Amino acid sequence: MTEHLDGNVLAGPLLDVFRDDMTTATARCASCGDISVLATAMVYDAAPGWCVRCHVCEDVLMTFVRAGGHLRIDLRGVTALEVG
Amino acid sequence: MGTVASTHAETPTGRSIWIDVPEWPGNIAGQHVDVRLTAPDGYQATRSYSLASSGAMPRLQLAVDRLPDGEVSPYLVDDLQAGDMLELRGPLGGWFVWKQEQTAPVQLIAGGSGVVPLVAMIRAHTTSGSTAPMRLLYSVRTPADRFFADELEELDDVTYAYTRSGPADAVIGRLTKERLAASVLPVGAAVFVCGPTGFVEAVASWLVDLGHNPAMIKTERFGGA
Repeated sequence: MTEHLDGNVLAGPLLDVFRDDMTTATARCASCGDISVLATAMVYDAAPGWCVRCHVCEDVLMTFVRAGGHLRIDLRGVTALEVG
Repeated sequence: MGTVASTHAETPTGRSIWIDVPEWPGNIAGQHVDVRLTAPDGYQATRSYSLASSGAMPRLQLAVDRLPDGEVSPYLVDDLQAGDMLELRGPLGGWFVWKQEQTAPVQLIAGGSGVVPLVAMIRAHTTSGSTAPMRLLYSVRTPADRFFADELEELDDVTYAYTRSGPADAVIGRLTKERLAASVLPVGAAVFVCGPTGFVEAVASWLVDLGHNPAMIKTERFGGA
């Protein structure tokens, strides 16, 4: 696994799906319950997409894959997302 | 789309790029843009670059370091010329930002080209006339590798941590927790850390060890680009 980045890098890609800046949105981890802004999540390059992990327990929060003009987001590890 | 207005060598491996974006909505200090390059065969690569500029100015400044294995940075540093068009999206990111309304003392900590968004904050701080103390700790290989060297020379509150070589009276070597402790503002300051992942991880954990509240520490990591 390559060195991770952080949720700041998701600002652009997530604008394709959400109206607001999502780096300041908070996500609750389904695994450990931590609630943090997405900017602090660990982001691994998984071309052609990203794997986003909780910065506390390192479990997967979400993955997204870009293929054939489609963006597919799997939010399996997020039980709540709060914007604004 | 933006049009490259000019470029300027900053270091042996990096340069500043000024880009005119007529419809630019303005940006906050610390924000970034995503730059997308498309090869003749249609292959696309997108990378994030911090802006050194902020405010309403429609001429943006990026500063990019060439990463040997990068897909995008070698083109930006070696090939891009004035007049070229560049596909970019932004401003992006509302978390790793400094606004003049923030009155807490500010400690900025940069590793290499991680200084770029922090320079945007220094400029915004100066322009706004903010009275909040702002200090920069800049870890960089050698004096020649400093981005914005002349501009930073004018400032009082800048400490350099040279990792490879530097002035005879300087301590050379990787930043340590002890040197960090001796250089940064006391607990209570808002801290912004930007640099390569390993640097950011080390500095952030040392800051917590030194008593800084994790909620006051904002980090931004960059990798191979």
